[in-house]
Amino acid sequence: MKKFCKKITRFACLAGFLMMLSKTSSAQTDQDAIMMSKHYFCGGAMYGYSGWKNYWEGTLKRENLNLGTGSTQMIGVMGNYGIKNNLNVLFNLPYMKTKASAGTLHGLKGIQDLSVWVKWMPYSRSVGKGTLSLFGLGGVSFPASDYTPDFLPLSIGLHSTNVSARVMADYELGKFFATASGTYTYRNNIKIDRNSYYTTELHLTNEVEMPDVASFNFRTGYRSGHLIAEAFVNNNTTLGGFDIRRNDMPFASNKMNATTVGAGFKYTLKNIHQLAFVGNGTYVVAGRNTGQATSVSAGVFYAFNVTGSNKKDSKK
Amino acid sequence: MKKISFLTFTLLAVLMVIQISCSKNIEGRTDKLAALSPANIDLEAGKWKLVLLSRPDSFAVAAPAAITLPGYIGELNEVKGLQFNMTSVQKDNIRYWSAGSVLRWNETMRDLVAKHNLPPYQNEDGTYPIPNSANPFNYPQFPFSNPPFAARAYAYVSAAQYDALVACWYYKKLYNRAAPYKVDSTINANSIMINKTDLPSYPSEQAVLAGVTAELMKAFFPTEIAEINQKVDEAKTATMASGACTRSDWTAGESLGRQIASVFSGRGRGDNTSKAVGTQVQWDSLATACSAKGETPWISLEIPHRNPMLPFFGNVKPFLFDSLTVVNVLRPGPPPSTGSDQMKKETQEVADYVKNPTRENIDLVHFWADGAGTYTPPGHWDAIAAEDFILQNYSEVRWARNMALLNMSLMDAAIVCWNTKYFYFNPRPTQMDPSIKTITGIPNFPSYISGHSTFSGAAAEILGHIIPSRAADYNQMASDASLSRIVGGLHYRSDCSVGLETGKKVGDYAIKRAMTDGAE
Repeated sequence: MKKFCKKITRFACLAGFLMMLSKTSSAQTDQDAIMMSKHYFCGGAMYGYSGWKNYWEGTLKRENLNLGTGSTQMIGVMGNYGIKNNLNVLFNLPYMKTKASAGTLHGLKGIQDLSVWVKWMPYSRSVGKGTLSLFGLGGVSFPASDYTPDFLPLSIGLHSTNVSARVMADYELGKFFATASGTYTYRNNIKIDRNSYYTTELHLTNEVEMPDVASFNFRTGYRSGHLIAEAFVNNNTTLGGFDIRRNDMPFASNKMNATTVGAGFKYTLKNIHQLAFVGNGTYVVAGRNTGQATSVSAGVFYAFNVTGSNKKDSKK
Repeated sequence: MKKISFLTFTLLAVLMVIQISCSKNIEGRTDKLAALSPANIDLEAGKWKLVLLSRPDSFAVAAPAAITLPGYIGELNEVKGLQFNMTSVQKDNIRYWSAGSVLRWNETMRDLVAKHNLPPYQNEDGTYPIPNSANPFNYPQFPFSNPPFAARAYAYVSAAQYDALVACWYYKKLYNRAAPYKVDSTINANSIMINKTDLPSYPSEQAVLAGVTAELMKAFFPTEIAEINQKVDEAKTATMASGACTRSDWTAGESLGRQIASVFSGRGRGDNTSKAVGTQVQWDSLATACSAKGETPWISLEIPHRNPMLPFFGNVKPFLFDSLTVVNVLRPGPPPSTGSDQMKKETQEVADYVKNPTRENIDLVHFWADGAGTYTPPGHWDAIAAEDFILQNYSEVRWARNMALLNMSLMDAAIVCWNTKYFYFNPRPTQMDPSIKTITGIPNFPSYISGHSTFSGAAAEILGHIIPSRAADYNQMASDASLSRIVGGLHYRSDCSVGLETGKKVGDYAIKRAMTDGAE
């Protein structure tokens, strides 16, 4: 279970109109309970598409004929390295491209944010008939290019530097598991191209105060050496921020909340067990100042022992 | 489990350090200003040329009671009471207003414009509701403070503030009552957050400004009356507690301001703005007239098509010249014909810019966009002007005079621009070539001439006269604002170059006025 390239993606920012590329996808190790073994590296690439026709303007659900369907495509590279059996480091770097199917607004594209997580499993013991593991994770993400966050919903990200802390617990019973985690994300203030903007009052500055975000994730399903299949639910809540005004455009410091459900799988080939495929889909079931996105993504990962020895792998 | 609690502790500690070391409080550029410190109190400003009033004493202000009478002693005690045990909130309030009342009321105007600058959402049948000032709280709330509305609101408030302060200065000199901080040593000792001058305090200039501004603001933003009244109360308490005026100074000033506002409201009711929206039949006739000339008429690029923004605003009565001048002198000749090679060439130029917009151009476009939800281009120029005026140490009356010159230019620029737009009814680049996607929203009115360019040309011209050392900078800003509309996909080059020229001509009328108004 700890050997293979496990799921990695984290293709987007924490909330909001980029929710379509939510971090709830199945193939991602910063939210699952799977560790890479010492000296193993797993790298891969993912493609994702996310689109929404309806969105919440504050709490009011609406469509926008001048946007049609807002969509984002993503290609990301990501990796996970086992420093120790119980200490991993992960990274992710996505390229994004946005589009509105109607209206006149120009889509944007570019490299978004580089994120790096450290994942530590200090505890893993038999409890009852199963195994209980506890994790602590710390992550940072920062913009990897000079994209603008001030053209939502067509901006590719919010351009804040984020520091996240997460605690996670996993219980495995036979081939079934359940994982729960809670995350607090600190977001630093951002700068926009304008030197004045309105939130609930007029600000004469180019600096925007970014509220922090709390998120919770629960996932459960089947987990064996070659197949992982799971369902999950994720909730992001922005701790502050303001609602989009009636018929206004979204803004980076909006109160962007979303509850997302999804399902995913990861399949590791039996004859080439370094190679794994992942796929998943998510849907936003409730939100505020966020698009009701449907997202799908797929990826391929390859794992190997950086010391050159693949013995562990060969044993399955 | 020890490890777990250690981990949790570490994470919490890290988060706390982050919270403490990175305070997220943001500070606006004008949040912490020094108190206004006029280089010249402009004691003779009561003689300056008025905009609408025929005389500075058109509205009588009774002579104040002598400062030796018990009533006045009581007023001084009221000031001392306010200065006694002041809370930090009260001190902040004094500091806020001490930077200058013209500045703070202008900022409040910009705040209200940005708050109300949102296009109404469509009806079920694809038509759009029109905000109704008789029923302002119903959606869509009145007003939709779009650029022409905003330009006019800024101009009326600024021009009225100017006339009101000229009248105020007239009476100040006439009655020559010293400020409380000059009369009473205790008040003087406690007046530490403002600059003390020899300007007479009756009637209070802050009170005149509060009265005239509040009265007009209530008409422009009828849903905000409670907030506006609150603001007047804050200004009143701050000014009295600062030691700059007594209750009678305030009362006389506020009353004078409110009376002068009525002259401007009266003009506003008859300046043709009430007919600026038009009807479906009139809108259709604009397109028909354009087609009759063999040109492609503008159509709204919004879905569903939105009625054009204030198509008859071009008939509003200007401040700096008459309506005939708009049509016969200032309205420029036609844009390139929609069928011409020149138009094809200019459309292609726009298409080339937006195909793969550079980051630099996105920055330029967004910096100058001033679209929905903002204080509009006139508000942007007010912000530019205000932040420069702060450095000039003007008296309140000179502040008002310069803001009035600027905002009358911007309103008149809007009138000339709107007149031109709807006379030619020229399509946007995206209508000519739907592959042109824009880097900010396309405003819902015809293309020729560019509003941003006209506003910016006018503003740069008058501001360059007011602060000659900055003239080159203002012209550069105007060129940037103008260019931003081409590279953003909103306008053809000829919209922008002709817009800038036309705006400058409007600004020249303001310069003519400035050279003869007695303030230079």
